[in-house]
Amino acid sequence: MFPVAVMLVLVIALAGCAQSAPTTPAPPSPKPPVTTPAPTTTPTPALPTTPAPAPPTPKPSPTPTNPSELSGTITEAGSTTVQPVAESIAAAFMSKYPGVKVVIQGGGSGVGVKSAAEGTVDIGAASRELTPEEATKVTPHVLAKDGIAIVAHKSQTVSNLTKAQVADIFTGKITKWSQIGGPDKTIHVIAREEGSGTRAAFEEMVLPKGAVITSNAILQPSNGALRTAVAGDPDAIGFLSFGYLDDTVKAFSIDGIPATVENAKKGTYPIVRPLLFLTKGEPKGIVKEFINFCLGPAGQEIVAKDYIPVN
Amino acid sequence: MTSASLDSSPRQAQASGRPTEKRSAYRLSPKTTQKLAMACIWSGGIVTVLISVIIIGFVLIGGIPRINLDFLLTPPKGGLSGEGGISTVIVSTLFLVIVTIIMLVPVGIGAAIYLAEYAPDNFMTRLIRYAVEVLSGVPSIIFGLFGFALFVTALHFSFSILSGALTLVCLLLPTMIRATEEAIRAVPYSHREGALALGATKWQLISRVLLPSALPGIVTAIILCIGRAIEETACLYVTMGGSAAMPTSLLSGGRTLSLHVFYLAMETRAFEKAMATGAVLIITIIVINFITNWLSNRFQARLRGTN
Amino acid sequence: MSRYLKDRLATYFVFACASMSFLILLAIAIFIFKGGFPAFYEIGFFDFLFGTTWRPNQGTYGILTMIVGSLAVTAGSLILAVPLGISCAILLAEVAPYKVRQVLRPCIELLVGIPSVVYGLVGLILLVPAIRKIGGNGFSVLGASIVLMAMVLPTIISISEDAIRAVPSSYKEGALALGATHWQTIRQVLLPVARSGIGASIVLGMGRAVGETMAMIMVIGNSITFPKSPLDAARTLTGNIAVEINYASGIHESALFATGIVLFFFILFLNSVAVVVLKRGTYDQRIT
Repeated sequence: MFPVAVMLVLVIALAGCAQSAPTTPAPPSPKPPVTTPAPTTTPTPALPTTPAPAPPTPKPSPTPTNPSELSGTITEAGSTTVQPVAESIAAAFMSKYPGVKVVIQGGGSGVGVKSAAEGTVDIGAASRELTPEEATKVTPHVLAKDGIAIVAHKSQTVSNLTKAQVADIFTGKITKWSQIGGPDKTIHVIAREEGSGTRAAFEEMVLPKGAVITSNAILQPSNGALRTAVAGDPDAIGFLSFGYLDDTVKAFSIDGIPATVENAKKGTYPIVRPLLFLTKGEPKGIVKEFINFCLGPAGQEIVAKDYIPVN
Repeated sequence: MTSASLDSSPRQAQASGRPTEKRSAYRLSPKTTQKLAMACIWSGGIVTVLISVIIIGFVLIGGIPRINLDFLLTPPKGGLSGEGGISTVIVSTLFLVIVTIIMLVPVGIGAAIYLAEYAPDNFMTRLIRYAVEVLSGVPSIIFGLFGFALFVTALHFSFSILSGALTLVCLLLPTMIRATEEAIRAVPYSHREGALALGATKWQLISRVLLPSALPGIVTAIILCIGRAIEETACLYVTMGGSAAMPTSLLSGGRTLSLHVFYLAMETRAFEKAMATGAVLIITIIVINFITNWLSNRFQARLRGTN
Repeated sequence: MSRYLKDRLATYFVFACASMSFLILLAIAIFIFKGGFPAFYEIGFFDFLFGTTWRPNQGTYGILTMIVGSLAVTAGSLILAVPLGISCAILLAEVAPYKVRQVLRPCIELLVGIPSVVYGLVGLILLVPAIRKIGGNGFSVLGASIVLMAMVLPTIISISEDAIRAVPSSYKEGALALGATHWQTIRQVLLPVARSGIGASIVLGMGRAVGETMAMIMVIGNSITFPKSPLDAARTLTGNIAVEINYASGIHESALFATGIVLFFFILFLNSVAVVVLKRGTYDQRIT
């Protein structure tokens, strides 16, 4: 009799865990928001280097607290596009505040949005605009702007594509390199998984409305994996964040405009999207400090190396 | 009367007066068939050896030159460059294994004791045994899904070593139970009779006679589980997160050696580092296998009384 | 504490431990079904199972392509592994001298111990570029089958070898006494008698192949179409779950749990077949 009772208790306990409510929403912060200097609408083509319109309250000075006072752990997860720059900024932040540990993970923009919304991490990262539904769950902070390059193997002879050609290639209408001036080989389309912010931004900006990426595409789970795949296949084509461009892949010029950070800043390169940090509600404590750091001069200087700073 | 079909020569048959069969020109003699078959069988064996040599050799030859103290002691330099070493990864792996074993061993041994000593032959026992069998066949991604749903999300442990360890405990429990039960059952019956004759309670019998006698087998079981835990990738991929930082608490994320090989191979082109990490993994597993074999041989020897 | 009290407490403790296995199975079933049920309810059981398009962003969830992908890769690996495995088993059980066995067995045991990511790594570095030269872009069903073959081989070899060894020697001696050659004995006496054990090994190998995840993600290309030739890319049921689970939410997440349910039942089915095949055999084979 007693063993049966023990079992029942365990089963009920387990069932209780199964029913546990989702994360309780964080209590709204009484302080006015200080970390969104720019509105998060679609990116304006011209990006002046003068600072964005002043926020309602003056931005806090870069080092408001004594470096030795801050301590704790900040977890971040999400877009693989944001990952490298987040790691560089995190390293700088950690050397400034030795008591804080910042943990950066990848997973894709979808992971960033979901983890931030559920509170699984402190900061989520996304490389695309939020959908209206997502915007009700998380607060975005624009970290930088980034271009998406169309890349191929470095031995590829074709150098320039029109935006229409890119759309046709990725939707499967153009299937051979010979149709765009290259060798007579089948184009191997390599794309990202559906949760990718890079993919979502690419689809929105390049493909006509309602079109989808061909189902023959090979899907890779991150920017790095996509780059590896393209760099190893002479007939491949893919899309990649600017921050991942290196000498293992070749980036096409789109409509005659080479894929460089300068062109993205000038607004002449057509495929540019925002990089966002997402928090559940307003950030507080060391998370707030970190975001301020990212948006302040030190952080933006690091951003400017491979991406377009917003400040 | 010997069977005519086993004769290889029609002439022989004719000479001894037996009716000769009409043989088709295509039919091979049994001797030839045997030679062909043996050739196929031997080539099967050679191909198998080749496969294992190629896989293990490739990783070891590609990886071992890269393993040096520097590689083992520096942390990986972040998710992209593939630079750096594997110090944090080694620590995460050790941390994970220790936490898993701490939780796995008591439950596994307890369950094995129940199945070996206490279980009456009723429906409940059959249910438990059935559950152990089914669990051992479930693929590890399903455990990962379960761990993600229960530990990461519902219990809010988030991507952490704790979630990974709990998921691993669920995955490894059948293995631990089976191996431990074998070890306990292998203890000779005379030991139990002796203890009971001296007036021991059942628990005293178990704790003072059976477990110590079965100890080598139990230790083998634990080491087997450690080996399997290090190999595991799929269920940890979805419960531990991909962070390459040094874990500071049960709730920090981490990467095991297997996961690190996966991330290196997929994210960066640092194939040499991936192979070096793979080589570390293979060497660890070879050492663990070796220890397990040695221990189980000792265990068998001791039971046979030849120790 | 008196020793009688300890004894009673110990009884409850070990029973609780043993029930853990049952409770874990129950918990897995509960969570996976709870997670997957909304998908079946909203998408429709047959639409989900037999739909040919998987585009979560468009709201279509059909896993037939994944089922075909898993089956194709499993079939491919078995086509390669079964002849190889049975030959090797015969070699170990009947043909090879002692010294050769001493070499062969450690090789097979090592294959068992290698983590699946290492297989995937070797596949990515060696197989994918090689297959690219033949055609397609390297990430293919063929590559995945070869990798899986290497993983399934040890299972088939060890269980088949046990099955062949378990045939009573009187059968073999009888056949040899009748003048049969060694091969005739193996083919016409030993193999048929051991066929239930060999069958069980194949089914268990199949179970392992269907459940493999990480190595598959690395070499199969994860595309969402039907593979029309072994050189085409595909996606397995396991790969589907692993690649998308981290960020899926809502119906998408539920669809992934539903994929898990399909996988779960498939493996349950395979394991039950293995048990039945085994029990029907003439001899009691011991499976490690």
